[in-house]
Amino acid sequence: MLVNRKLILAHFWLAFVVFGLALCLGAWQMFVRSPLYTWISNPEWYYRSLTAHGTVMGYVFPTLVAMGFGYAITESALQQRLVGVRWAWAGFWLIVIGAIMAMVPVALGRASVLYTFYPPLIGNAFYYIGVVLVVVGSWIWVALMSINLRVWRRAHPGEPVPLAMFANVAGSYLWAWTAVGAALELLLQIIPVALGLKTTIDAGLARVFFSWTLHAIVYFWLIPTYIAYYTIVPRAIGGRLYSDTMARLSFILFLVVAMPIGIHHTFADPQVGAGFKFIHSTFTALVALPTLLTVFTICASVEIAARLRGGRGALGWIRALPWQNPIMLAVAFSFVMLGFGGAGGLINMSYQLDTTIHNTQWITGHFHLIFGGAIVIMYFAIAYDLWPHLTGRALPNLALARTQLWLWFIGMIVTTFPWHWVGILGMPRRMAYYDYSNPAIAPEALYVSLSAFGALILLISGLLFLFILARAHAQPATEAGEYRFSMPVHPVRSVPLALNSFGIWVALMIGLTVTNYGYPILMLAARQDTSVPAVYVGAQ
Amino acid sequence: MSARELFTFRNTYFSIGVGVAAGVFALAAITGFVLLPRLQPELKYADLWDAFCSAAGLPRRSVSSGEIPKSPHRLSEAVLTPTTLARPTQESIGRGATLAQRCAICHGPTGISRADSPNLAGQYASVIYKELLDFRSGARTNAVMSPFAANLSDQDIKDLAAYYAYLPRLPAYHPQEQLPRPRVVIYGAPMRGIAPCGSCHGSLDNKAGSPWLEGQSEAYLKAQLQAFAAGQRTNDISQQMRNVARALTSQEIDQAAAYYASQPPDIIKTTD
Repeated sequence: MLVNRKLILAHFWLAFVVFGLALCLGAWQMFVRSPLYTWISNPEWYYRSLTAHGTVMGYVFPTLVAMGFGYAITESALQQRLVGVRWAWAGFWLIVIGAIMAMVPVALGRASVLYTFYPPLIGNAFYYIGVVLVVVGSWIWVALMSINLRVWRRAHPGEPVPLAMFANVAGSYLWAWTAVGAALELLLQIIPVALGLKTTIDAGLARVFFSWTLHAIVYFWLIPTYIAYYTIVPRAIGGRLYSDTMARLSFILFLVVAMPIGIHHTFADPQVGAGFKFIHSTFTALVALPTLLTVFTICASVEIAARLRGGRGALGWIRALPWQNPIMLAVAFSFVMLGFGGAGGLINMSYQLDTTIHNTQWITGHFHLIFGGAIVIMYFAIAYDLWPHLTGRALPNLALARTQLWLWFIGMIVTTFPWHWVGILGMPRRMAYYDYSNPAIAPEALYVSLSAFGALILLISGLLFLFILARAHAQPATEAGEYRFSMPVHPVRSVPLALNSFGIWVALMIGLTVTNYGYPILMLAARQDTSVPAVYVGAQ
Repeated sequence: MSARELFTFRNTYFSIGVGVAAGVFALAAITGFVLLPRLQPELKYADLWDAFCSAAGLPRRSVSSGEIPKSPHRLSEAVLTPTTLARPTQESIGRGATLAQRCAICHGPTGISRADSPNLAGQYASVIYKELLDFRSGARTNAVMSPFAANLSDQDIKDLAAYYAYLPRLPAYHPQEQLPRPRVVIYGAPMRGIAPCGSCHGSLDNKAGSPWLEGQSEAYLKAQLQAFAAGQRTNDISQQMRNVARALTSQEIDQAAAYYASQPPDIIKTTD
């Protein structure tokens, strides 16, 4: 039962509209720093655009998708009305206000600090306060997810929590804890300087705080995608989920090991000891585990669907899959991109291999492939799957949806593969201008141009996606039926308490944060000689 | 099962979860803190504890700790805080005007020079302030200028900075046709580590302590770039200008100087 459709639609529409705007900025950036254009002659415009693109794509868009999807899951998986609808709207409006408050100084060129803040660079205080409001808005969602689960539990004592809701709440807890790092950085360090209360900042400590958020945030973005793998895909293609327990274990593993690994983002930073870097590197390797479990379970589930449709042979069943179904297409593309992106990630997390690609375009290519590719294509799938239930109207044209997914997949490959390659060649990231006439980097010009064409394909695909969603509202009304999630092969009758609750796993998540982050943070916080003067953006 | 039954080692999930997490942590810690430092013979540690502290990130004194080599030059000691030059009073500007009479012989009675000295009218207060401090301390030297600065008090310097910043920017005396922006001004030369001139000195952006250069004397700009390149002028913070100037070709020096000299100062993009 989806009662609060307006609330869910508001989240999805706002998410996708800001996504469309940020996508335009991204495509523009790819174009102006490529050899196809003579250059804008002013790096400030580039960084302004980059800040807006990153802030929207990193903080606003995925958060809204996770929230909207979370509300949809609460009502449809728990079969109960959402408790705290007013609070949910309050959270939504906080995000709207926060996003506007953050984007105004960025648009004025007063906060071109990039979405990762990069202290000691300091921009206008409203930018940071806006980001904090977005996070606070999302914390309301976290609380609501927890409260709704509790309400359901009271009414259904001892029953297994539906998988979609279990995963959804795991994602919300992960977000609640991982956002604390950036919140500490903003509230204790950056905002006091931005408000003029202090003029120095401990940039090293700030970077450690940010790494607390920066890696696990990726898993927060990823959770809706994984929920879609487990609870939408098998149902949408007419199959069954291979194992409910495996799914629960994957989400639990994400909750526990996504958090204590962020220092692999600071491998080149001198303020963190090599021992802690090694510990974080080791734990990062563990994160591959839930992904491998997922790939296995979903492949098995998909095979079940194919064999139910008459597929035969060791690999012949692949042909029997419903390739006309956009969800099938999306999950296949997502897996291909996840495979390549994950393989690249293994290089980033290795202390030694990372040095070859550190701060190069490889990194930007990597996170666009994983987030923009593997994750966002499943956001599209979620929207396509939910839309008829939210609007009460069928999607206008499935062929158009398939075209859109194909374009996104091709566009992402064409954009990110050359991007990785120029990174290996040594092209640095975060630069507004490259002198391609210089013989030393002239060979990179071809690949950067290719990449820019990929961005154009992505832009077309993104706009097509918005068009399809908008057109759906004008279709004749139909009854989409009840929104359901996939059934496991073996019906879930009872689940061990440990796999039906979060106590142990949240405790482990916090415990590992303390062991892996405690000393580096305390050491930097206790030292008096680690602050540097702030560099104010736009100050004379 | 209640929470008490959940958090007990009799619960397999709890014991495996905690056991594996603790095991991985212990293994990673022993490898990272004890084994790896030992396997790197080029890293010299006094003992195990020393290696352990290093892996934990405790700063260590470098092996060759001793006297920091003294710079052969005096370095700039100028410190600017947001309040140093904030909101100058009318009295300060007035005192600055009186003091500035002795500057007029080179820098012109209205702050516009006819003698290939810098035009000071409307220059940023932070720039005047820093250069005067540097002349007084000897971080920057000039046969004519150094004696003038030698006896200035802190207040004199603040007043002069306030006065010149207060004067309107006037077109300079060497108006030529405005030249197009050369590559080095807007692009720099990334492969040689040269940032665009415009990223600090206007045209693109202004950074605190960097002067605007539009309409300054071409001869003066050239002479300063050459002095930076030759290491004769050393009051730039962290060698920023010396590093740039050393990497510039003489043609680029000519182009940059000619370009800035040909620009009218009233086009300066300011943020103040």
